[in-house]
Amino acid sequence: MNPALQGLLTIVIGVGGCVAYFYFSNILLDKVLFPPRGNDAGRNINRANMIRPWLFLLPALLALGLYLAYPVFETLRLSLTERVRGGGYEFVGLANYEQMLREPKFWEGFRNNLLWLIVVPAASTAFGLLAAQLTDRIRWGAIAKSLIFMPMAISFVGAAVIFKLIYDTRPVGQEQIGILNAVWLGFDGGVGSFVWLRLVPSLLLLALAAGAAALGWSLMKPVLGREGRAPGLVFGALRVLGAVLMALVVYLMLRQIFDVFTTDFPYGQPQTWLTIPFWNNFFLMIVLIWIQTGFAMVLLSAALRGIPEETVEAAIVDGANPWQIFFKIKMPQIVGTIVVVWTTITIIVLKVFDIVFAMTNGQWETQVLANYMYDKLFRANDWGVGSAGAMVIMLMVTPILIWNVYNARKEMR
Amino acid sequence: MDNIAGKKSALTWAVNIAVLALVALWVFPTLGLLISSFRTGDQIASSGWWRSMLPTEQNLTLRTAAGDEAELLDGLYTVSGNLFAHEGREPLEISAFGTSSRAVGAYAPGETVDMGDGEIVTVESNGDYVYTSQEEMSGRGQRIFVTAEVAPEFTLENYENMLFNPNNIDGMAKAFFNTLTVSIPATIIPILVAAFAAYALAWMDFPGRALLIAAIVGLLVVPLQLALIPLLKLHNEIGIGKGYLGVWLAHTGFGLPLAIYILRNYMVGLPRDIIENAKVDGATDFQIFTKIILPLSFPALASFAIFQFLWTWNDLLVAIVFLIDSSGETTVMTKQIIELLGTRGGNWEILATAAFVSIAVPLVVFFAMQKYLVRGLLAGSVK
Repeated sequence: MNPALQGLLTIVIGVGGCVAYFYFSNILLDKVLFPPRGNDAGRNINRANMIRPWLFLLPALLALGLYLAYPVFETLRLSLTERVRGGGYEFVGLANYEQMLREPKFWEGFRNNLLWLIVVPAASTAFGLLAAQLTDRIRWGAIAKSLIFMPMAISFVGAAVIFKLIYDTRPVGQEQIGILNAVWLGFDGGVGSFVWLRLVPSLLLLALAAGAAALGWSLMKPVLGREGRAPGLVFGALRVLGAVLMALVVYLMLRQIFDVFTTDFPYGQPQTWLTIPFWNNFFLMIVLIWIQTGFAMVLLSAALRGIPEETVEAAIVDGANPWQIFFKIKMPQIVGTIVVVWTTITIIVLKVFDIVFAMTNGQWETQVLANYMYDKLFRANDWGVGSAGAMVIMLMVTPILIWNVYNARKEMR
Repeated sequence: MDNIAGKKSALTWAVNIAVLALVALWVFPTLGLLISSFRTGDQIASSGWWRSMLPTEQNLTLRTAAGDEAELLDGLYTVSGNLFAHEGREPLEISAFGTSSRAVGAYAPGETVDMGDGEIVTVESNGDYVYTSQEEMSGRGQRIFVTAEVAPEFTLENYENMLFNPNNIDGMAKAFFNTLTVSIPATIIPILVAAFAAYALAWMDFPGRALLIAAIVGLLVVPLQLALIPLLKLHNEIGIGKGYLGVWLAHTGFGLPLAIYILRNYMVGLPRDIIENAKVDGATDFQIFTKIILPLSFPALASFAIFQFLWTWNDLLVAIVFLIDSSGETTVMTKQIIELLGTRGGNWEILATAAFVSIAVPLVVFFAMQKYLVRGLLAGSVK
């Protein structure tokens, strides 16, 4: 059958089936099972109303259970088993995880994912906040916003092509058609080159390291008993773990700053950007930052507009300067939204696959967990280790999942 | 807001420039690809897209007239004429020429060049040439490399080739229809399923409701990577295998949490009076849902529909796992572009056009329905 026809048919069956199911199941409930007539009329109405919600929910619950809840447990099971020849599975305990932890590619993916987790949400949120703050003050702000928001509609694969053109490299002597190389060849090792290639990047890295250090310190404070009451064992352990990760990040950043000042840049040589170890990760991250900034901007802009004007007015009357207004008045009022933006982008980052798959496929030390997992599942056909990789991603998402559920429950009360 | 205290912001121009820079930074990447898709392969290879609005210096390979047209003049075999006229091109101003591909722009126009073996050639700046040889010439004409200013030129050829040329194995037409076939049912089906569930969660009282809502908030963030193998196994066991049905079902399942979440949040905010009045007047829940809730929820339905459409249209992972089999008949555009990146890595006219064919539809949807998209974002992010 022609796929288009099949699609049409599926729409008709899907939509018609849904409507028919809801209609007839309600009739069945009201007219046949518990008719509101006779001696039991009142009781029947109550019974019908007890069952009706489940009629409404049934298709959704089935789909959710089968397509999202069941796979979590099945993947957990698969990660603890190994396929044996001739079909069937054999329980192997944690062997898959052990094997995965021995693989350098896994650790490379893990390290890169950590980098992504810090850089992409931070940069997207920062750019988004900047864009929101600036565009709200000018007349053509709506147009500017919609242009910055536009990459949201572009697929990761499309964005990968867009940025591959930017990073394109041609041999020496030929005209560079990738804009990055065209700009790069403009550097000649003079003062401008020093400022833009050594000073600015190292300052950016230093800022990142400082941010990570501050985050790590604020995580450790309650554990060290400097502030408030000491956290429980679980939260304490989580905090220490977070702080250790942050310390690792700080160390990596500082080492890179040292490198930035000591390496000799190959001026005049066109670079293949996506093959430069470590830095190529950033060239990939730029793609996601480019896409996600619009999202951050839209949410933060709405939050900024939601700030009651009296609070700002009062601050102005009290003589606050714009910096103080922003950091002391506005920031505390939108911090909730910043957390939402941050966590949402964090989840997207954890699942990032298409960009790496399309641009480097994990070569040149750009592997990430999602791509590692895909490699294991579909190229190496190793379902055990692949599922273990998926469980690692799930594990990394879990804190956010718990946090979201906790907040949603709090809000409902 | 900052002008309240009568303070006129002196930094307006700085803000304007900053926003302009930011917008330029965000638009340029896409613009580069868009412009490239309207240029020929030669143009893309010879100059960056940012120069495409200006005339560019290009190296062209032209030929003199064929050897058998040579006349014997003063004891020398001679061909002459105009290089551009031979190729049927518009005449251009030549700034340099050469006779070997290793030294393309070695000589200035008007210079007389001794090529050795008694061959001498002269090329004027307007393309007129004289080529003489002491020996008899044969075969095709002598190659002449010229450097000339070429006016900016844009073409629709790439799109014609990628969309309407049935012989082009890299063509996007089939993949385009496949993507459409995937995304439309995958957008429509979850809406209805989710709407009923959202109504139950918003307006019906039953034990376990709070727990279900919490569960849906939790499912919002479950990575779909976890679902790949178990569901592929399941599809194979129940006989769906790889195909459209599987991908529709998968997208429906993966889209449901967001759909239910957005719709429930919206429905909860609908005025209680309307619903209670309808109940007093004897309307059943089914009637309330179809006659009141569904029409009133249109904005939320539109928001989710746009999200789901963009997501299914742009998706790669679900398609390669659940849809595309080894025959490649059901390939979607994202997958096709990945293939092209592998096989046609340097042919930017093909890549740019392919990418833009796939980007165009989401961009149109985006600009046409941005209002609903923003609304959906604000409603859909977990607060």
